Amino acid sequence: MLRNKEGGFGVITIVLHWTIALLTLGLILVGFIMRRTDIDPTLQFSLYQWHKSIGFTVLGLALLRTIWWLVERSPHPVPGLRPMEHIAARATHTTLILLGIVTPLAGWAVASASTLNIPSFYFDLIVIPHLPLAQSEASEAFWALIHAWLAYIVLGLVAVHAAAALYHHFIRRDEILTRMLRSGFRSGRAGACFSQKSRRCQEE
Amino acid sequence: MMTPRESALRATLLLAFALAAVSAPAGAKTASLEDAAGNYRIASSSSIQFSVPQVGGGGGLAGNFGKFSGRFQIDGNNVERSTVEFTLYPESVRAREQRIEDFLRSSAVFDTANYQTVTFRSTSIRQTGPDTATVEGALTARGKTRKERFTVTLTNWDRRSISFTIRGSIRRAPYGMDVGTPIYSNVVDFDMNIKGTRR
Repeated sequence: MLRNKEGGFGVITIVLHWTIALLTLGLILVGFIMRRTDIDPTLQFSLYQWHKSIGFTVLGLALLRTIWWLVERSPHPVPGLRPMEHIAARATHTTLILLGIVTPLAGWAVASASTLNIPSFYFDLIVIPHLPLAQSEASEAFWALIHAWLAYIVLGLVAVHAAAALYHHFIRRDEILTRMLRSGFRSGRAGACFSQKSRRCQEE
Repeated sequence: MMTPRESALRATLLLAFALAAVSAPAGAKTASLEDAAGNYRIASSSSIQFSVPQVGGGGGLAGNFGKFSGRFQIDGNNVERSTVEFTLYPESVRAREQRIEDFLRSSAVFDTANYQTVTFRSTSIRQTGPDTATVEGALTARGKTRKERFTVTLTNWDRRSISFTIRGSIRRAPYGMDVGTPIYSNVVDFDMNIKGTRR
């Protein structure tokens, strides 16, 4: 149940996947809003702090996700997947896993290098120290650019990743999407359903 | 933040003057109550600095105000009847970088577009030592008026001028300036050196 099987993902993988996904999309949305020039300055300050706290949360979850991904087996690819598709999927997944760590790290670098020197007060609970970077306008601008571009890449890859999942679900009618939604999906009759490429089978 | 401080400054100045006149002269110089009594204008060479501690230490925010005005009257017969008025122009805030200054002027803090001044008007002055006093008064910032208190220490005086160090800790939240808490302290520490010249 908790762990991955040959035929599908366990609860741990599924929960980490969707939690990180939702938080990441929230971060990107907040990121766009807080960078608007016409934003209320009080709201802007709050959004930056929320962005940092959620970002540190994603960093922690992404580290867990990466460890889990390294030590836990991956389910078999669904039948009918072409080798190039499998390679492309693996490359996308690996990149997303790495960006899940690197993007928050770059954000941490922005907060650390900023001459504003605003403490990162994680959900107003504990102070997370700055990374040992020199504080300067140039350094802050550099890391802000890196952080933004990594976020754009994440957004692009998430779009590709989601489009692929929807393609598999609605066009190929395989279990790629459903096995990330439900643990132990492919047991007993589900396997038969898969071979029939029927969505009705999955709902039984 | 500035307003309370300014108010305190005014009050302090008044108090200090009174103190100088009453108590300090006795032990120190030939100053007398009559010497100190009078009307003073707060000189532009005065300084009004503030700092806001931040969580985890590390300096916090600090700055000063470049433009202010005020006057105080030292009552030679009764120091506690002395008065002080002070006006601060938050638009003149100076901090270590432009972004911070802009933020302080914005609607998040002083809202200088809608509130051009911070004022202090003393309501009572109490001598607490040979050269110290406490000044209470009404501090008005962002349209809200509250009673605040500053401590005043007389540092120097002569026939034409008198100087005080004025300190006060003002809570900013009641003035609608609670942005950034609790990362930045609700309490703003004011440290002012106020010089009054005889009018």
